[in-house]
Amino acid sequence: MTPGPGRVRAAGRIDRDRPLGFSLDGRALTGYQGDTLASALLAGGARVIGRSFKYHRPRGFLTAGVDDPNGLFTVGEGDRAEPNAQGTMVELTEGLSARSQNAWPSVRFDLGAVNAWFAPLLRAGFYYKTFMGPTRRSWMTYERLIRRAAGLGAARHEPDPDRYETRYAFTDVLVIGAGPAGLGAALAAARSGARVMLAEQDGLLGGTLLADPVTGDTEVWRTRMEAELRSLAGLQILRHTTAVGVYDGGTVVLVTRRDHCRPDPAAGEALQIVTTVRAKALIHATGAIERPLVFGDNDRPGIMLASAARAYLNRYAVACGRRAVVLTNNDSAYAAAFDLLPHIDSVMVADVRRDVHPSLAAQAASLGIEVQTSAVVAGVLGRAAVRGVVLGRGEGRSRLRSIACDLVCMSGGWSPLAHLSCHGGIKPRYRKDRAAFVPGGYAPGHFGAGALTGAFSLPTAVEEGWEAGHLAAAFCGFTPAAQGLQSAPQAAAPWDSDSHRIEPVWQLPGARAGKAFVDFQNDVTVRDLVIAHQEGYGSLEHLKRYTTLGMGTDQGKTSNINALGIMAGLRGIGLEDAGTTTFRPPFTAVRVGALAGRHVGRHFRPMRRSSLHDWHLAHGAQMIEAGPWLRPWYYLWAGATVERAYLEEMRLVRHAVGLSDISTLGKIDVQGPDAAEFLDRVYVNGFARLPVGKARYGVMLSDAGTIFDDGTTTRLADTRYFMTTTTAGAEEVLCWLEFLLQTAWPDLRVHVTCVTDEWAGMAIAGPRARDALERAFPGQDFSNPTLPHMGCRDLVVGRVPMRLIRLSFSGELAYELYVPAGLGPAVWEHMLLSGEPLGMRPYGLEALAALRIEKGHIAGSEVDPRLSLADLGLGRLARYEKPFVGRELAARAASGPERASLVGIECLEPGKRLRGGAILFAAGEPVRGHGRGYVTSVTWSPTLEKFIAIGLFAGGLDHLGEEIVCAFPLKGERVRARITSPVFLDPKGERLHV
Amino acid sequence: MYRYSLSRLVRHALSDRPWPRAWREAKPRSHYDVLIIGGGGHGLATAYYLAANHGMDRVAVVERAHIGAGNVGRNTTLVRSNYMMKGNTEFFEFSLKLWEGLSHELNFNVMLSQRGQIVLAHSPAQMDALARRGNIMRLNGIDAELLERAEVRRLLPYLDYSAAARFPVLGGLLQGRAGTVRHDAVAWGYARAADSLGVDIIEGCEVTGFLQDRSGVHGVETGRGRILADRVAIAVAGHSSHVAGLAGLRLPIESHLLQAFVTEPIKPFVNHVISFGAELFYISQSDKGGLVFGGHIDGFNSYTQRGQFPKVRQVAECAVALIPGMSRLKLLRHWAGIQDMTPDGGPFVCRTPIRHLYLNGGWCYQGFKATPAVGWCLAATIARDEEHPLVRCYALDRFARGAESLDEYGHGHWPYRH
Amino acid sequence: MLAIHCPLCGERPYTEFRYGGDASKRRPALGTMAPEAWHDYLFLFDNPKGPHREFWQHDQGCRQWLLVVRDTATNAVGEVILARNAGAGAGEGPGGR
Repeated sequence: MTPGPGRVRAAGRIDRDRPLGFSLDGRALTGYQGDTLASALLAGGARVIGRSFKYHRPRGFLTAGVDDPNGLFTVGEGDRAEPNAQGTMVELTEGLSARSQNAWPSVRFDLGAVNAWFAPLLRAGFYYKTFMGPTRRSWMTYERLIRRAAGLGAARHEPDPDRYETRYAFTDVLVIGAGPAGLGAALAAARSGARVMLAEQDGLLGGTLLADPVTGDTEVWRTRMEAELRSLAGLQILRHTTAVGVYDGGTVVLVTRRDHCRPDPAAGEALQIVTTVRAKALIHATGAIERPLVFGDNDRPGIMLASAARAYLNRYAVACGRRAVVLTNNDSAYAAAFDLLPHIDSVMVADVRRDVHPSLAAQAASLGIEVQTSAVVAGVLGRAAVRGVVLGRGEGRSRLRSIACDLVCMSGGWSPLAHLSCHGGIKPRYRKDRAAFVPGGYAPGHFGAGALTGAFSLPTAVEEGWEAGHLAAAFCGFTPAAQGLQSAPQAAAPWDSDSHRIEPVWQLPGARAGKAFVDFQNDVTVRDLVIAHQEGYGSLEHLKRYTTLGMGTDQGKTSNINALGIMAGLRGIGLEDAGTTTFRPPFTAVRVGALAGRHVGRHFRPMRRSSLHDWHLAHGAQMIEAGPWLRPWYYLWAGATVERAYLEEMRLVRHAVGLSDISTLGKIDVQGPDAAEFLDRVYVNGFARLPVGKARYGVMLSDAGTIFDDGTTTRLADTRYFMTTTTAGAEEVLCWLEFLLQTAWPDLRVHVTCVTDEWAGMAIAGPRARDALERAFPGQDFSNPTLPHMGCRDLVVGRVPMRLIRLSFSGELAYELYVPAGLGPAVWEHMLLSGEPLGMRPYGLEALAALRIEKGHIAGSEVDPRLSLADLGLGRLARYEKPFVGRELAARAASGPERASLVGIECLEPGKRLRGGAILFAAGEPVRGHGRGYVTSVTWSPTLEKFIAIGLFAGGLDHLGEEIVCAFPLKGERVRARITSPVFLDPKGERLHV
Repeated sequence: MYRYSLSRLVRHALSDRPWPRAWREAKPRSHYDVLIIGGGGHGLATAYYLAANHGMDRVAVVERAHIGAGNVGRNTTLVRSNYMMKGNTEFFEFSLKLWEGLSHELNFNVMLSQRGQIVLAHSPAQMDALARRGNIMRLNGIDAELLERAEVRRLLPYLDYSAAARFPVLGGLLQGRAGTVRHDAVAWGYARAADSLGVDIIEGCEVTGFLQDRSGVHGVETGRGRILADRVAIAVAGHSSHVAGLAGLRLPIESHLLQAFVTEPIKPFVNHVISFGAELFYISQSDKGGLVFGGHIDGFNSYTQRGQFPKVRQVAECAVALIPGMSRLKLLRHWAGIQDMTPDGGPFVCRTPIRHLYLNGGWCYQGFKATPAVGWCLAATIARDEEHPLVRCYALDRFARGAESLDEYGHGHWPYRH
Repeated sequence: MLAIHCPLCGERPYTEFRYGGDASKRRPALGTMAPEAWHDYLFLFDNPKGPHREFWQHDQGCRQWLLVVRDTATNAVGEVILARNAGAGAGEGPGGR
């Protein structure tokens, strides 16, 4: 194969023996192992690799790293296609497929570029000033067009086949960044004996050193450090791992990317891993990134950061052009000039400063590099790629001359990556000598080192790292090891010294403001900043929101500081007074799926199943969600659809006997000498005088005096009760009882224990229920006198302990049988088998709910904290003469003739139906407003052969027998109905007592 | 007012003439008829309607930082009126009606996008609850449609309809007029319109105390000196307890964090506002292309304006549970706002026990959508020194009176559960 | 991430705990008839920006209700004791999830 036109002889860190095929927009291309998508494309001579968000201007790569705003691609195929992937961060793999975005028909010829003709119209905030007419809804039309034009890549509907993992880690010291400072820090901390984690975003350690020539001194030092770190047992090195956020309590979230390993989800391999690290001490060594210079047409492809051009050359062996102009306001960019010169045709330096350090000037001269000082850029030649720059000298832009070039390496100075240190709320501080914002401080146990703090030279950065490592280890209680540091190579060049010289220039003079880009991705120009300032949007948050500056996928890494500088200039204030916008996590964008981890699909939330679950599934149960539980909804024996099946199941219970799984009810064992007193306090009704062996229905209120929960509680002994709660309220009730016992009444000698999962529960209901028990457990006496309604008995059959409580939710003769959960299936099957001659079958939740409606029992939709005892017709249950939770405010609860309370409702129109959620009106009154009440629960009653419901109605049973209207405007229905007692069936309860 | 229009935009583009400031940089005067503490959406809207509806031109808004720095610029931009408790229904529908004319009223495009909101149900009981809500809406002249699963699937084909869905979608309630608004534009639009009617907007001016005696409040102390005012209103969501505390009031309010999230921009994908029914989670797509979403509050009192990571994760889980394709998209940014949470989820727009001091706060999640109606009703309440009929249910003493509940979802009396 | 030092279980992430709200107020004694006492207890909050006495239950652990002092301006957790040792009648009660 042939190397691309951009590939040079320099060694680089690519493996020329391992060529890789990949494609862009279907075109087959090649690169090498070690390339990124960006470097491989540049090696192939690519120039225009994307189009900007608003004006669709042609763009090339601006940087070589995580800060690149321009080179976004959709990477991958089919359901593994990821939009908006940064080409500079995608490591090349065999067969990688990438597509360009935000351009049609192609990035080279993009019709969207017509937007640029309208650029003067489309400046900052233009949409706030127009698109308002002609009608009020006109915006909806404009919006459709704008939305279509906006957005970058496209999302897909299919589920993501990839797998993501979640980890938790604990360490003494976490070092973020494996540049010179991070390497020093990790070594110092680990040598002290501390457990150390070193997280590096790159696949290689070294940070900025990776952009140095692999033949230089720094590489020798880097390799030695890496070898030494690897030899330390207490040190864990995480590559491809970005620290995306620092949260309270020193928690750091790391995202490890494994794309380059091409993980196979079917084999359980994760594409990304999110690790939550709790570190005792944290070292920020995140380094700094270079920033662009702001001048007219500074976005032309071929104009890139000097550090990027140098990284492409030294790391990837790619020269991004043959004739380079290095444009700078500081010393660091000279490195790019010196490194590039041997590999390309020509290099010149245009320095905006008046004076250049003599040693730099001398070195340039010795290499034959022309250095022009006091340089200004009067123009950029070329559209799809830079063809030259027009340089002038000084403010007067005298002596204009055109320099032909195909690469401009610019440097506006360096911006420390202070993001993570600011996540905890500490604002960054402006360091004038560096023209940069550095961390304004650190949380306790956090330390900073290296370029992050403005220590731009290699020896100082390493020194700072070394010291931070010791401080962090000491913070964790370790004593620094005596062994010294491998000193880093001495400063070889003036740019690599602590007297790093920079002349802050936030925008080059005289440039066409409308084409001088500050935020490349969002097309924010100097003109936009001027407009924002004129209109009063000068405060940073206003500026950002008005112009969209820094709101792109790069989150303004290359643009924020320049914008701050320009705005501070417009406002006539210093940068130190301008402050910065708030840095928000994540530092780099994180896949939503990676955050969700394994909590997807079925595992989104835990699912609770009763011990009878498998039996239900094996016997035709159709299951339904009931909060966290899955319960049988109906059984196929009774019908193919719920509408048919539940009626059949109801008939079974009304005429024979049915069996239903009630294991989900909350069950609490209440024990202690003061158990009776305790229950008297938490229930509105009395439990202290409940005889042993008897059950009672009880209602609890909250402190606010409204409904909290209900259930039956059975007295097992003088000092022991068995409480049941609603399925939904089980957890709440337990916590509430514990709260009362531990905070309000710690003097009460009572223990509450949740036994929900210990007992399987089944209801045996129907006129033949007693027969069923007698058949199942022959020899036991279940007669009315021995076990009357609301009676309880503990029995042991074989060796199975059981608790039998004669309770009825359905209104029929019924028993609740509780057995140890593990024996649930056996007892359940035994019951069905022995009850078969009686026609016994299982019934599900729908029938259970319908049976209770016929009986007027309250449940889910009526146990509502907005309702009072009186609202539910339970006022007479309460014993106000004893104190109980909620008594005082219950007495004050809203009441009166207009207050809605519980009623029964029967449908008067044959062929029509009642529906849950219908709104109730008196017959003849206008059907509008909030009505007099609403329907809470509905069923067709096979017993009464009509639709019946329970609901709340203003004035309640005072309106017994009156005709009402059930309005359901969502379906255009109005149905005539009548107020009845909520107890439709057997009002005297005779069936219960047989 | 220097009116905005397409023709003016063209003229400026051609001539390069500078635009005037959207609002003046006002210096505090010594005395105002009404002073509003808080330059958020609510405070600015109130100032605007005081001037526009009640002819009051000696009005000031004082803001600690810059206008729109609080929740008006941190919320997830949703507007809707799907409320069923008496009082709420009427108030929020009035607000939505004001939203519908707001761009024209302010001559500032706030980009009301009535793309429709769909609240999902995952159980028959939830369907009944949505039906009750939708029926109440229809009976009060508000648009609502009950959707079966198949209709939801047609509108939102990208939800999880597979057998793997932990909480299958059964149906939903659609309010077609609900949607989104460009949140910052609301603060700016009201500020510009109020300013043009003579309202002083004073930024960088923190209130540090009240001038008060037995006859009530007469002004405020600020970082920029004493400002006298006949009437003073508090509209400082998140810090209501603190500012009211300066006047000696204790409120039924707790401050809690609510996080919000945005993904990278993508081409049109989610064309409605969607609310999950299994957990509190809501999502829409901004015009710029980012998916904007949020969940429940972090769950404990806090003023830190930064969220906890487990909540980030929980919300991401909801996102993927609802829209499996979101798994591949990248979260770009998350942030937090401080919410006033109240014991019934309802707000306070009212007079206070202190004469001439008015309170607007306790908006929980709902402050943004309420903005125009709050402005309208609070302005009327201040101007007439009597609660506007639409906010009578939002009185401060309603818990003491045992008034009818405003609790839309039946969460009980704990502020941190609403 | 917030972490709470449970006196029985040691330092655990806050996700193991259930929030129980303001613990600075004294719960009216059982049977206190004055509704205004209950009103103040249930509905009025100091809501300080700074140290806040609050309840948390270690419901995924020892199930003990704890009295925690946490700074709402920084989320820094200070003193934690078992609520049962704090004396009777403090606080408003659990509604957390």
